[in-house]
Amino acid sequence: MPAEPRTLAPPERRIAEVKRVERIGAYDLIVARDPIGPADPRPGQFYMLAAGERWGGGGDERPYLPRAFSFARIRPLPGGQGADLSFLLEDVGPGTRRLGELDAGEPLALLGPLGVGFTRPGDGRRPLLVGGGIGAAPILCWDDELRAEGIEAPVLLGFRSAGHAEAAALFAGTPDVSTDDGSAGRRALVTEPLRAELEQDPHATVYACGPEPMLDAVRDLCADLGVPAQLALEAGMACGYGACFGCVVATVDGYARVCVDGPVFAAEQLA
Amino acid sequence: MSDMAIDLCGVPLRGPILNGSGTFDAIAARRAFGDALLERFPFDCFVSKTITRDPRQGNPSPRLWETAGGMVNSIGLPNKGLERFLDLDLPELAALPVPLCVSVMGFSHDELAALVEAIGTLDAIALIELNLSCPNVETGTLVGADPAETAAAVERVRPLTAKPLIVKLTPSATDPAAVAAAAEGAGADAVSLINTLKGMPLHPVTREPWLGGRTGGLSGAAVRVVAVEQVAAVAARVEIPVIGMGGVASGRDAADLLAVGATAVAVGTENFRDPAAGRRISAELAAIVPANASQRVKQHQAS
Repeated sequence: MPAEPRTLAPPERRIAEVKRVERIGAYDLIVARDPIGPADPRPGQFYMLAAGERWGGGGDERPYLPRAFSFARIRPLPGGQGADLSFLLEDVGPGTRRLGELDAGEPLALLGPLGVGFTRPGDGRRPLLVGGGIGAAPILCWDDELRAEGIEAPVLLGFRSAGHAEAAALFAGTPDVSTDDGSAGRRALVTEPLRAELEQDPHATVYACGPEPMLDAVRDLCADLGVPAQLALEAGMACGYGACFGCVVATVDGYARVCVDGPVFAAEQLA
Repeated sequence: MSDMAIDLCGVPLRGPILNGSGTFDAIAARRAFGDALLERFPFDCFVSKTITRDPRQGNPSPRLWETAGGMVNSIGLPNKGLERFLDLDLPELAALPVPLCVSVMGFSHDELAALVEAIGTLDAIALIELNLSCPNVETGTLVGADPAETAAAVERVRPLTAKPLIVKLTPSATDPAAVAAAAEGAGADAVSLINTLKGMPLHPVTREPWLGGRTGGLSGAAVRVVAVEQVAAVAARVEIPVIGMGGVASGRDAADLLAVGATAVAVGTENFRDPAAGRRISAELAAIVPANASQRVKQHQAS
């Protein structure tokens, strides 16, 4: 067994400085300088984020708890400690709204990296990367890391529409894009090009992150074709480090906590 | 020892800050943070998740709901069960740099007695907390809500261990102070409160209960003043130490509970927002209470 792909986090919430917030179509990309944390989080690991100031008092007088986000990109700072971390987010509630309102120079409270990330393919299999919507985030940093080692994996992305599909431009290569409404790329679910890729060459390991129905479809397809898959799950969390037991997912061994046992799970582990 | 040190039922603690049961998993946290967690351990005494005799999976998802100034959880006491707790978890918890309190719940007196008997002489365990927020399967009464039920449960397990027994009170009791007095009369060494307040969030569209367990427990800043009132009422009624908790997020919040009679203070939901909350609160409290933790500090809410 290879070592668990888990970079340890400092055991406290710390303050990063927002460098910039870029509008990427329907998404915001927050770039924050974390001077303290490790420079080598594993793709698929995540951070708990909160605005360093005025966290609360939004819709329903929320947010109260931090929010979990996969890092989307990392640029280590010179000296081996600290990094500029990018997070992709969409305004879906009071937490993401407040985070999207942050300006350069403002404090971002973060904890992480947390959870376990992706592991390399075994048996000489080729990596095949699949992202749906905001689930493109961990696929982006995984693609960056593979490319840095000279591995150009196919990247298949699915989005609702062209506005969301603008996130595809963040990738170094040219991802394959599908949209629900056909306003960018082909009009299809991302599992269509995935099926075509796997039928052409099934000697692959699939890495996927996206909404639950997409992950279910990826899982079913990979199971049908006998292809191993690693799925990065999303779950509502209070803490992110195993304290609250709020984020469980059903596995073949019973409930597992997405935050400490995942968020990346081997597809066959899920019940 | 620092001047924040206290004695809790004969157990010396380096300070007065504990965690609420079920709000910090030291084993999972060590996986996330490594040995740095032990070097900078956030609490002066560690309280385990509640252990039951048999393993429990806990409630179906969703288990969480965020409220104004707090959250509702419906976790359902997932745990490995007594046997696997003793084999797998206790050795790791015994290695923590602070004394260990193990929380137990039984669905009958026999179950509770089996749990207390099994851990009641183990050197690794300094204190035992009895989680009585469960129904008596014979009568249907919430044990911890009723003075007579509480006394009966404590009387049953009191002879089984010489370790300090802490009774966790439920805020659902009509008169928590009467329950505390009954626990004291039956031989409890301390009481802890408040547990979460029962709540039922609804799905914003379907208006069906949101939580997989239908109802859950409210915690966080929203319950803080409830805790202050109940701790004050209980501390005025009993002689045994009171461990106060409920929405504690700062040294000032901890000082408030000490001011109304608590001997020690537990941090709960704030741990979810920052795993180092206990350390921060200790430092803030030390700045407020320079002499010793038992000093009463009078404060007024800034307007």
